[in-house]
Amino acid sequence: MYRYDNYDHQMLADRIAQFRDQTARFLRGELAPAEFLPLRLQNGLYVQRLAPMLRIAIPYGMLSSTQLRKLAYIADHYDKGYGHFTTRQNIQFNWPAIADVPDILAHLAEVEMHAIQTSGNCIRNTTTDQFAGAAANEIEDSRPWCEIIRQWSTFHPEFAFLPRKFKIAVCGTQDDQAATQVHDIGLFIVRNAQGELGFRVLAGGGLGRTPVIGKEIRAFLPWQHLLSYLDAILRVYNREGRRDNKYKARIKILVKETGIEKFQQKVEKEWLALKDGPLTLTEAEFQRCKAFFKDPAYLTLADFSPELEHALNTDVLFAAWHNQNVNAHKKSGYSIVTLCLKATGIAPGDITSEQMRFVADLADRYSFGELRVTHEQNLVLADVARKDLHALWKALKSQDLHAPNLGLLTDIVCCPGGDFCSLANAKSIPIAESIQRRFGDTERLRRIGKLSVNISGCMNACGHHHVGNIGILGVDKKGEEYYQVSLGGSAENVTALGDIVGPSFAQDDIPDVMEKLIGVFEQHRENEERFVDTYRRIGMEPFKEALYGKAD
Amino acid sequence: MARLIKDRTIVDDQWELLREPVDSDALRALNGRNVILPMSSWLELREALPAHQGFVGVWLKNIELPEAIAPWLEQIPLIALDFPVFTDGRAYSSARELRQNLGYGRELRAIGDVLCDQLFYMSRCGFNAFAMRADQNLEAAIRRLDDFKDAYQASVHSPEPLFRRRSCVNG
Repeated sequence: MYRYDNYDHQMLADRIAQFRDQTARFLRGELAPAEFLPLRLQNGLYVQRLAPMLRIAIPYGMLSSTQLRKLAYIADHYDKGYGHFTTRQNIQFNWPAIADVPDILAHLAEVEMHAIQTSGNCIRNTTTDQFAGAAANEIEDSRPWCEIIRQWSTFHPEFAFLPRKFKIAVCGTQDDQAATQVHDIGLFIVRNAQGELGFRVLAGGGLGRTPVIGKEIRAFLPWQHLLSYLDAILRVYNREGRRDNKYKARIKILVKETGIEKFQQKVEKEWLALKDGPLTLTEAEFQRCKAFFKDPAYLTLADFSPELEHALNTDVLFAAWHNQNVNAHKKSGYSIVTLCLKATGIAPGDITSEQMRFVADLADRYSFGELRVTHEQNLVLADVARKDLHALWKALKSQDLHAPNLGLLTDIVCCPGGDFCSLANAKSIPIAESIQRRFGDTERLRRIGKLSVNISGCMNACGHHHVGNIGILGVDKKGEEYYQVSLGGSAENVTALGDIVGPSFAQDDIPDVMEKLIGVFEQHRENEERFVDTYRRIGMEPFKEALYGKAD
Repeated sequence: MARLIKDRTIVDDQWELLREPVDSDALRALNGRNVILPMSSWLELREALPAHQGFVGVWLKNIELPEAIAPWLEQIPLIALDFPVFTDGRAYSSARELRQNLGYGRELRAIGDVLCDQLFYMSRCGFNAFAMRADQNLEAAIRRLDDFKDAYQASVHSPEPLFRRRSCVNG
């Protein structure tokens, strides 16, 4: 993992002192609420429906056991004993007091964490594939690049007052798990014909009110030019992005209104002025950052483990979990394990302080003291020896962290919704729970197979409903909470935006709606087809008919 | 006379900021005074400026780009960039462009909704003078320029980003 040096520590200490002063001036009435607003947002602090909400960055999802224990401490001392993992690899606390936030930030700084730029109209936390560095099908580890981008974007003086928020994702694996194509900038690590490393650059993707898949503005950017090119894109956006309408202020609208070719020309023009300047990355810096992400001290192990084989053959529940939640590792004898934070009755992504400490201990014991947070709101132990899998599962079971539903219908991605968020039109957590209750039969879930369900409580789309195979969006219908359903979205390599099926449904109808959709799928499914593939093959009509009856 | 921060010191403002466009008659009436003209007026009256007694600077709206005045930067003693509201960050890009791409070396002044909490970033983008909003405390504002001891990015004062300086230390 990246470790701070004196520079990083000093900057963080300076930031906390700055925010402490700003908070004190705000509480004394010397700083107007409107002037404090962007300052607190860029330190992760929202004022929400019930209380302030503090969003802490987990840069590109990497978390150490020490850091997780600190989060547990914060949950206990400043919150109500739990935290919520978000769809952007961050964690949120819903109940801190404003006056306590500088102290919380000081606690975080002790473990090299912060809440910088987790909100506000600035460059947000850079995200990536949660299997980076461990995946069997990796092109190149994305984490050194994410760290380079983190440093470039942190306190960037030119881009702290952009027209709107700005999100960057990096993908270095063959199967994109970072929803890279729906980010303001999506970077795919690639090699050209000469084997040189670089980036395929997408711009103008995003979800929210106007979902758009990013468009390629450069097929191959040599890695040395990454930062000058990012500077150039951001400068064009800072200057020309719309500021007259909050809902048209994201870069996707600028790219759309300008046209991709013209936008690309503008970026190239800015880039030429910056290219080969001091922002040009050096081999020394690349190697320095890469060294932080060296392989842990793997043992030499065979993939076949007699203990594991025995457990798989005798323990059906373990085998089911293994089948669903364990992924292939690049190193023989090791596996990647996902802890699904999607047990029925628990808000998706929520974790108690007790569970945090428990998982931190497991990370120390089984996975070199490191964890990853996923944009599907789960946790990953990325380097578990296969011989330890059964023991790990038994431990997880004792804390109700063994939900064997990774990638299945009940592994629901869900925003905090109307229970917490002041932007929401409707609740989302109870919808997730009602679906989980209806589809409680694990056998059936496995038969249905891979299916993503995403729920957002409003069109800001924090639950990424546009890219759910089944997307559910809370809408306000004359003061009542209703839910619009869309089908066919995907955040994978073939990224697609879902199509809305028709008029929205009342909250109580949603489990039946899901039942009908699954019924159509089961009726038309060929072989082991996934839901999204069946949808792509047969189209909307059969689903529509099942929900609304035959059109006249 | 209004006071402002220039090069980390509180000084009297020697300039008159003309918010509205002026024609040649109006400019003649200001003879003997240092004035900051709107960019449109500056471009319009450019030929007549040498005859003006006193210095003539120019101010740019947030939608006006520095490249419009790029050919004449040598002869402009002061450029002001406007912040109609502090949350409008366009002038940060113009400042960096003027300093880093176009090599402008004289006074670069922030005008409009200029608040102490934004001074550090403004200074890093190349502003060296700050005509603060009237309610701001100038002494306190100067202290904000030292909020951070260092930064990851390059700036006008430190043209190498941290990674280049760090690599040196690490050999």
